[in-house]
Formats: sequence, C-alpha cells, structure tokens
Amino acid sequence: MFGGKIARRMPWPAPVLAALLLICVAAASGGLAAAQEPQRRGLFDAETFTLKNGLRGVVIVNRRAPVALHMLWYRAGAIDEPAGNSGIAHFLEHLLFKGTKTLKSGEFSRIVAANGGRENAFTSWDYTGYYQFVAKDRLARMMEIEADRMANLVLSEEEVRQERQVILEERRSRIDGRPSSILWEQARRALYLNHRYGRPIIGWMHEMEQLSRRDALDFYKKYYGPNNAVLVVAGDVDPAEVRRLAEKYYGPVARAKPPPRRKLLEPPQRAERRVIYRDARVRRPSFGRMYFAPGYNSSGAEHAYALQVLARLLGASSTSLLYRSLVVRRKLATAAGADYGANRRGPSDFYVYASPRPGVGIDALEKAVDAELDKILKHGVSAEDVEAAKQQLQDMAIFARDSLRSGAHAVATALIAGRTVQDVEQWPARIGAVTVDQVNAAARYVLQRRKSVTALLLPDRSDETRKAEVQKQ
Amino acid sequence: MTVLQRIAGPAAALAAGALALFAVSAASAAVEVRKVVSPSGIVAWLVEDRSNPIVSVSFGFRAGGSYDPPGKEGLAELASVLLDEGAGPMDALAFQKKLEKLSIRLNFEVGRDQFRGTLRTLSRNRDAAFETIGLALSRPRFDVDAVERMRAGLLSTYLRNSRRPRYLARRTFWSSAYPDHPYGRPVSGTDKSLGAISRADLQRFVADNFTRDNLFVGVVGDVTPARLAVLLDKAFGGLPAQQKARPVPAAAPKLPGGISVRQFDTPQSVVMFGQPGLPRRHPDYYAAYILNHILGGGGFTSRLYLEIREKRGLAYSVYSYLWPMRRTALMLGGVATQNARVAESVAIVRAEWARMAETGPSAEELAAAKKFLTGSYPLRFSSSPQIADMLVGLQFEGLEPDYFAERNGLIERVTLADVRRVAKSLLKPDRLTFFIVGRPAGL
Repeated sequence: MFGGKIARRMPWPAPVLAALLLICVAAASGGLAAAQEPQRRGLFDAETFTLKNGLRGVVIVNRRAPVALHMLWYRAGAIDEPAGNSGIAHFLEHLLFKGTKTLKSGEFSRIVAANGGRENAFTSWDYTGYYQFVAKDRLARMMEIEADRMANLVLSEEEVRQERQVILEERRSRIDGRPSSILWEQARRALYLNHRYGRPIIGWMHEMEQLSRRDALDFYKKYYGPNNAVLVVAGDVDPAEVRRLAEKYYGPVARAKPPPRRKLLEPPQRAERRVIYRDARVRRPSFGRMYFAPGYNSSGAEHAYALQVLARLLGASSTSLLYRSLVVRRKLATAAGADYGANRRGPSDFYVYASPRPGVGIDALEKAVDAELDKILKHGVSAEDVEAAKQQLQDMAIFARDSLRSGAHAVATALIAGRTVQDVEQWPARIGAVTVDQVNAAARYVLQRRKSVTALLLPDRSDETRKAEVQKQ
Repeated sequence: MTVLQRIAGPAAALAAGALALFAVSAASAAVEVRKVVSPSGIVAWLVEDRSNPIVSVSFGFRAGGSYDPPGKEGLAELASVLLDEGAGPMDALAFQKKLEKLSIRLNFEVGRDQFRGTLRTLSRNRDAAFETIGLALSRPRFDVDAVERMRAGLLSTYLRNSRRPRYLARRTFWSSAYPDHPYGRPVSGTDKSLGAISRADLQRFVADNFTRDNLFVGVVGDVTPARLAVLLDKAFGGLPAQQKARPVPAAAPKLPGGISVRQFDTPQSVVMFGQPGLPRRHPDYYAAYILNHILGGGGFTSRLYLEIREKRGLAYSVYSYLWPMRRTALMLGGVATQNARVAESVAIVRAEWARMAETGPSAEELAAAKKFLTGSYPLRFSSSPQIADMLVGLQFEGLEPDYFAERNGLIERVTLADVRRVAKSLLKPDRLTFFIVGRPAGL
C-alpha cells in the first residue's frame, strides 16, 4: 500500500506474477526469520567477506536447485536524493539498463536473457538493488556485467529523455491512477516532519519531469561504488568460489566517495494529523493510521522486536485482535489489520487499517478501531496472544529458508541498515525473548495519536449526485 | 515408461521396487517425480525433498467460475473464501486458530476452469495439516455468520473494482468476447449475483465438484511416499467419487477487431487487447509460445517492449501472452499510456502484430528466445510451492512427469519455418480487438 519498494518492471503474465508475489510475501512477511534445528548455527547460515575496496559479500548456500541468485544492493535510495531531485534514485535504476563503455544500450538485458536469466531491479527509500537469477554456471558472467555497470555507465541525452517518459507513465500507473496510492503519498508526507521517508520513492511529478542526465550521473558517481554496496549470492554455490569471482570482477572497481550523510532525526511529534482524500473513483471508503515508530536504528530501537510481535497479534491475520473484533464480532469491517517493519536505516512506521462493511460509516469504524487500541493500552495484551504470535513469527522463518530470495533479502536489508549478519541469524531467538511487558511498553510508546497520521479515503460525489440524493429525500 | 505404483500401505510402499521416477535433465533441477497412490486409490505426484522441514501441497479440481449457475456468479469464489471459515466440529475462529497455532497455511484460489488449493506446513505438523484439508473440503460448515461476513468482503471488493480501470477493461473484454457463454461472466461476481447466492448453493457446489475423479494433487518436501499414501486419504479420502457438474461447452471468442472505448476519468488509459489463441495441446503450441515470447512475452527484450517502452517511452508496462483455457484459447496483451498518447501505443501494437504475421521473427530472435526459454527453465524449480504448482498444472493438461525432462527438447525442436508459419496462421492483426478504459485522445 505504501509502495515500499518499486520495481523496474512488473508486467508479467498472471501466473508468473503470482509466483513473484509469493516470493515477495515470504520475504516481507516475517521480517525474516528463524528456526530451531540443532545442526544449524543460525537462520540462513550466511557466510560473509569484505574485499579490499570495501565491497561486502554474503553467500547463502541453498542446494535444492542448480541455480544462483546474484544481487547487488547499493546503500542509496530515495532518502539520499538532493532536494528538488525526488525520484532520481529510481530513475537511475532504470538508466542502469542502458549502455556502458563496452556494452551497447540494452545489451545488458540481452546478455542476461541469452544466459537464461531472469532479472529486475528495485528502489526503496534506503537502497537500490539489481538482480539476476540464473543457472549456477552463469554466475561469473552476471558478476562481470554487473561490475561493469557499477563503474562504466554511459548515458545519452536521448536515452534519458525517453526513459523519463517511462517513469512518468510508471507514476501514472502506480500513483495517479490509484486513489489509495494518492492518499498514502500525502499521508506519508504528513507523518515525517523532518525525515526524507516522507518523500515518494518514485518522485513528485513536477520534479520527475525535470530530472536530467546530469542529475542521474551525479547520483551515480556519488553512491555507486563497491564501498557503498552489498553483494549477495544465494543458491547452489561454493562460498570460496563466490569470493574468488567477486575479487576477480568487483575487486578492480575503484571506491566511490559517498558524501558524509547526516543522520536525520525527527523533532518531537506533537500534533495529531488527519489527511482526507476524496476522489470520484472511490466507491469504498477506507480508514488507515500510521504511527511514527522506531526502527532497529533509531531512537526507541529497544522496542523494535516487541513491535513485530505486537503487529502480528494485532493485525496479521484473521485470528488477530483487530480482525476478530471488527470483522467477526462487531461486523463493522470487511478487513482490518496492522503492519510494521523494523529494518530501516532510520525510523519506521506502524500501520493500522480497516475497511468498513457496506452501510457502516467511516467515523463509527474509526471509533471502533480506537476502542480496540485503547483496550490494549489500558489492559495490556494477553500472554497467550504473545506466545502464539512469537511462535508464528519463528515458524515463518523456517518457511523463509525455502526460497532463495527471502534469505538474500533479509541479509541485504540488514547490512544496508547498518546491522550484522548475526542480527539476522539471531532474529528467531530475539523474537523468542520478547515478553508481555515489553509488548505492552512498545504499544504505549508507539500508539499515541499525537505521533500519528489518520488517513481517510472517501468517495467524492459530484454535485449532481448530491442534488439527486437531496431530491430523493 | 509411466508406472502407476499402487501402494496398499506403508509397508508395501517401503518394499516397492517399481516406483515411477522421472528425473529432470541434469542441466535443470534434480527433480524426481514419483506417483504415489493411496490405499483408497487417490493419486499424487511427489517430489521428495529433505532440505528443509517443510511440506508443500498443491491440489486442484476442474471447477471454477465458469461452473457458476447464471445469476449466481461468484459462487465458486465465495466457496473458496469460506472453506477455511469453519469445518467439521470447528467454527471459523476455532479452525483458523488451529491453522495459526500449527503454522499451517491453507489457501484457495479460483479461475474460470480450475479451483486450486495450496497448503504449506512444517513437517512436525504434517498429519494435522492433511487433516485440515480433509475437513475444509469434505465438511465445510458455511455457517450463516461466516457466509455473510465473506459475502460482505467480496461485495466490497466488487464495489472497489467497479471503479478500477484495469478491472473495467478486463470485464468489458470477457463479456464482449464470450457474450453467451459462461466464460463471459464475472468470476468474482457482481453486487447483484453475490447477493443471490444461498447456503444451499455453496453446499451443492462443493458436493458436485470436489470429487475424487476430478482431483489433481502435487506434493513437494519432507515426506516419504509411504507416509504420503496414508496422508492422501486423510485429506481427500472423504470426497465423493464422481463429479456431477458438467464442463462448459467449447467456445470461440468473438473478437471482430476494432477498438472499444469505455470513458472513465483517469490520467492514463488502460488498454487490453486480444485475439483467438491456441489450445495447450495443439501441435504448434511451442512454436506459438516462442513466437509470443519474441513479440511481447519476454522480459526486457520483446518487440513490443522495445518499440513502445524503450524507443518511445510510451508505457511502463506492455506485454502479450498466450492463454489456453479448457474450452477456448486466447492470445492477450496489455499496455497503459497517458490519455494524450495512447493512440500511438495502439497503433504500434497493431503494426507490430502485422509485421510479425507477415515476416515472422529473424533467425537471431529465434535463437535468443530458445536460449532464454531453455536456460531459464531450471529457475522454476527453486521453491517448493512453485514445484508443487507445476506438478498439478501438468496433470490438468494431461501431461506426464517426463515432461520435465522433455520440455526443453520441445522448445529446441521448433524451427524458424515453424515459427514463421505459425506467425502467419495465428496472428490476425485485423481481429486483434482493443478494449480501452480512460479518456483516450483521438480514439
């Protein structure tokens, strides 16, 4: 719903799309996580190395199929963009598929395809990532061309002009054509008073229209280098061999000089905010609220694990508190839930939502949501709910091992956020250690209206419709 | 070469020497498929994999939206969201709490021809997991409270969809292409049809369609053939023997060419286009599959992608695909472009369709497509649910497990002459019909 991550391309035929979604869900849902098998040291048993030029490498061995997932993540995303240049991180991601000093425009993708590879790229607030998924004997070639575009990008004015049209269409598809996306774009901006997490990853239309070749190359030169990247290889590979290949292909690439990045802090959030968006395309209203919340790396980080348990028991499924109360018992909503992620370079947000049943007013629904949250704040959560939520999160970790992408994603986002592989490996144990008191403390810390934005999506009825309704009455 | 191994019970299975094994070629995945038969005769395809303590199950019935009675569109869909809302002795909350407590994920999904289910469980809860499938399929409760809750949910989704350009384009397409056929009706129903579905309809749908002669099962993960044989009966042994519902008649899509526009206030026009396709088991299917890959199917290299996105920046996404169904076949595509320039996108799709029909692909394009399609095949074997789905997909098509080993050969054997011939016979630029939702300028 927040467009947490946007990909270069999504239009696969339905069956393929379904498969991609599965993978994404597995990766996003558990945060990542963990199992308790004696023979394993950790969750993914990831091995790491660092090259002389600063490139950090992670290898996750998974031998179930003779394939390899090769991913390169840059610690550069929408929050690193200069003022007035919103969208440049994502635009550059698109442009990285143009030529280099030795590859013609589009040749990168032709090489990947000719090697039977699937590829894509994605941009978020914290990072930009590129991947190829190939038969394991093609890994070296993928590293060779990925390392090449880390240093040797060549862009023509004409290519930049054409690709800019593409991102404008992408914005129309993702945001302007979807009322709920418009609402959340506005709501995020209202939530973050100072931090750049409030800016849309894809960019504001008026700034996107002005993004130039120069802007793209400036961002590229600043942030695209081995010392600002994380390499992850998952699959049927030998860690020593991966390291050897990394040294061969990425080793010679010179360091970048990313400018010192000042950590942006939020001032105290003192005023409750409401964002109301009316649109003629809306037929079903919806209610959502985002609370400003800590991530692993921001002030209040001690609540990060407990908040994951809280989100799970409050709103992850149809047995969660919100669903049970609002949808099942009180019959006010057709959907209700909560969501939270801690893996951020900076602060995060805790999200609660509900959609009214036809005939139920949005105000009544909001009151009912607040009543549930107040109950938790007043009486606390039950030990039974906490134990169940912890068990579910830990079990999800075992499922995460079934796909290459889950592990790669978990480790890469952790490293990007300034955490360690150990943090990922120990995730199940840390979730297991969360207590009822900690969940209650986390709830009291985060669920404060003055630190929140309430976002309402409402139908915009034309004057004609309103008049007609008045006459009927 | 296919040996159906009948397994009477665990002991027999362990002793069995003639399990049917089908190994995918060494170049792709080391996937061995066994056919396992339960004591009561239920067949499942199994890929045993002990790398994680997980079992993934995929299963399906020939039953879906096209089986909905007229005026009750959305019946299969409503059934699919109700199967885990209470079964046997457990009401919705009790059933779902059990699933959650055991970390069992059970999902159902409905298409026009198929009703599919997936289950994912940790090995330690394997037996309980198969039992929950059994309860959901054989003893769903359809409690009034749950039916009304889910009906309200689908109704809400319908209302939301009814203002979404993408949904409107799809709806217009299906109702125009199949005006007098069940395929033309909305799988997820309308406000009116959802309101007309009764509890008895739901019960009848389940009884008529969830039957053993109509069942396809694929299993991947941490389970032995012997154990699976027993578990299959727990999950599916309680189903009636024979399907009562009858499949829909064959139908040719009514796609006469031209452009149909539905006015809708949105900055970007959504375009869906289609023409008749080829059945999955048609001898030219692989030639058509490669042809589509080159025209609009493949990643960042297809002709439509290059012409519309790469060269002109007219769209973020443009694609085409073959959609063979049980009783009809389509070739479809889509693109979305700002209202002012969408006419250009439509013109290019048409021109590319005609150019491909006339001259077919080049030898280089064919070679590149084959390299991609054969080289990427092993990638499909990298997660358990994905493999389980493929096992069921093959059974729906009447294919055998040795297909995994043969598939790349089927691609390799297609010649340039084949693809050019199929380009001429399949692609019909004048029958390619466009459905647009938006405010397209000049159309």
